Amino acid sequence: MKTKIFTQIILLSLIILSCSDDDTSSNLSQATTTLSFSHNWNGTTVTNADFNTIQFTNQNGEILSIERLRYVISDVTFTTTSNEVLDLDNYNLIDVTNGTNLNLDLGTQIPPGNYSNVSFTFGFDNDDNSQNYLDLNSASFNVPEMLGGGYHYMQMDGKYIDNNNQEANYNYHAIRAVDNPGPNPTFPQDTFFTVNLGPVSISGDTILNIEMNIAEWFRNPNTWDLNQLNTVLMPNSSAQIMMFENGQNVFSLGSVSE
Amino acid sequence: MKKIIYILSVVLLYLSCSSNNEDEGLTPVVEETPNPIELEIPQLFRDNILAPVIPTDNPLTEEGVALGKRLFFDNILSEDETISCASCHAPSSAFTNNTSTSAGVNGVLGNRNSMPLFNLAWNYGERFAWDGKELSLERQALEPIENPVEMNSDLEIVVQRLQNHPDYPELFDAAFKTDIITEELIAKAIAQFERTLISANSKFDRYSLGQANLTAQELNGLDVFLREDKGDCFHCHGNPNNPLWTNNEFHNNGLDATFTDLGLGGVTGDPNDNGRFRTPSLRNLAFTAPYMHDGRFEALEEVIDFYSEGLQNSPTIDPLMKNVAQGGVQLSPQDKADLKAFLLTLSDTSFINNPAFQN
Repeated sequence: MKTKIFTQIILLSLIILSCSDDDTSSNLSQATTTLSFSHNWNGTTVTNADFNTIQFTNQNGEILSIERLRYVISDVTFTTTSNEVLDLDNYNLIDVTNGTNLNLDLGTQIPPGNYSNVSFTFGFDNDDNSQNYLDLNSASFNVPEMLGGGYHYMQMDGKYIDNNNQEANYNYHAIRAVDNPGPNPTFPQDTFFTVNLGPVSISGDTILNIEMNIAEWFRNPNTWDLNQLNTVLMPNSSAQIMMFENGQNVFSLGSVSE
Repeated sequence: MKKIIYILSVVLLYLSCSSNNEDEGLTPVVEETPNPIELEIPQLFRDNILAPVIPTDNPLTEEGVALGKRLFFDNILSEDETISCASCHAPSSAFTNNTSTSAGVNGVLGNRNSMPLFNLAWNYGERFAWDGKELSLERQALEPIENPVEMNSDLEIVVQRLQNHPDYPELFDAAFKTDIITEELIAKAIAQFERTLISANSKFDRYSLGQANLTAQELNGLDVFLREDKGDCFHCHGNPNNPLWTNNEFHNNGLDATFTDLGLGGVTGDPNDNGRFRTPSLRNLAFTAPYMHDGRFEALEEVIDFYSEGLQNSPTIDPLMKNVAQGGVQLSPQDKADLKAFLLTLSDTSFINNPAFQN
């Protein structure tokens, strides 16, 4: 009798446990990783609350505002100390204007451990740029076909005080550099680039704070003259290559918090 | 004791797995009323843009859409029962009308052009109206009913009228399983109907699908539209990969140096938003004149001339507006004509003639 009751209790316990949610337990030991993108102008934090005011001075001495800033990063990778590369094959449209997608949640895809490098691509490599992304189409982030198609890498729009002391508009739009716009465009060189953030250690839930110094887009190695290069820069391959060159030191890894 | 344990076991077995009942066919099949329906998403939309926004608390149903359509065309919503939604949003005009602004029940003109209605479920930001003041289609649906220069109704009275009507209680019951009519249900029904207003069968749509050819002039017009050194229309009005032909965002496109209508700024209170209005879709321009938020331009040629030579500078003008000091993008007469020819390929005659959208 005692054995029977014991068996029935065991049976009951199994029934109760068998259908409970069991998704959480297996992930308890894994850490979540988040890439958090913040922006500054030579160290002074910039958020969308700072937009629409002509207040930033670039290397060339022009005072400017930012009214719109959004850009794509893709292919986040984590390289282990034994040189295994964890390529997440992902992308994220960071929209500073609307304050959306400033954090890219990688979930538990990154196993805890030491990594010799974390990297991402600014924009898309050429293969990824030729894909069709419904969310980016919906955000009207496309580049017209006669300019090679694909997507903007970055759209930064604003106003500056020109040489006549008047407010004028600028559209600093980074795309794949293109020549001969039309049915058969040509591409003088790639203008996406890899951003290497250096080594990180993941031991628990981790936030990697990635900083964009917006001033760098106007500074190094090319001192950007907004009076010369302000609008219609998409079909200007020389301007695109200058953006590519100036972009190399725009991003850096800030704090790593757990 | 044994019996109790067995009964408990059976009960627990049932409860512990109850979340999967539907999959396992344990729930008795009940004939669903109202009948759920799904939006027929055009192939171009399915292939290129995100899914439409359908609120979980207002899914489309056959009965809900039918009720919404009846309400949309019924004068009962207006104070003196003389105008309906369709008075300012006529199917033949792609659900706008052909006057600069519209007269309400008292003959008083509003200050905005009636917006065309189509592809509303793809407004991902869900800010409706020229100034973005309505944060969902359901909220937008109620606003004109109470607006003093539109229907000027008291919603409580409208609800009472509908409640006392010989047909409506039954129609609401069929659509929402209750014959107690509320403002919320009126809004839901109208929004359901409005979400079915899909336009995706223009000549350009067929061209995109490989089913039609464009003329040389229309193709050159597309080139003008897309070129940053010519029209540069695409940054706000989309492109062949975004068949909505709007970004549904808010821009000051340089209509005025000073503002009598603050647009989005009047809603947000942010002076940086002054003069900003929602980008309208370029679809169906052939049917939607006059143009702009105040209907100031009678003809498409005037609109193109404005962007070419007529821009007015102001502190909030969008940086995407080029050559403001020179008045605009300076198109040649030929480019203007070609641009117009391209724009007219976005006209969808089957939309304005769709029997499902007529009274």
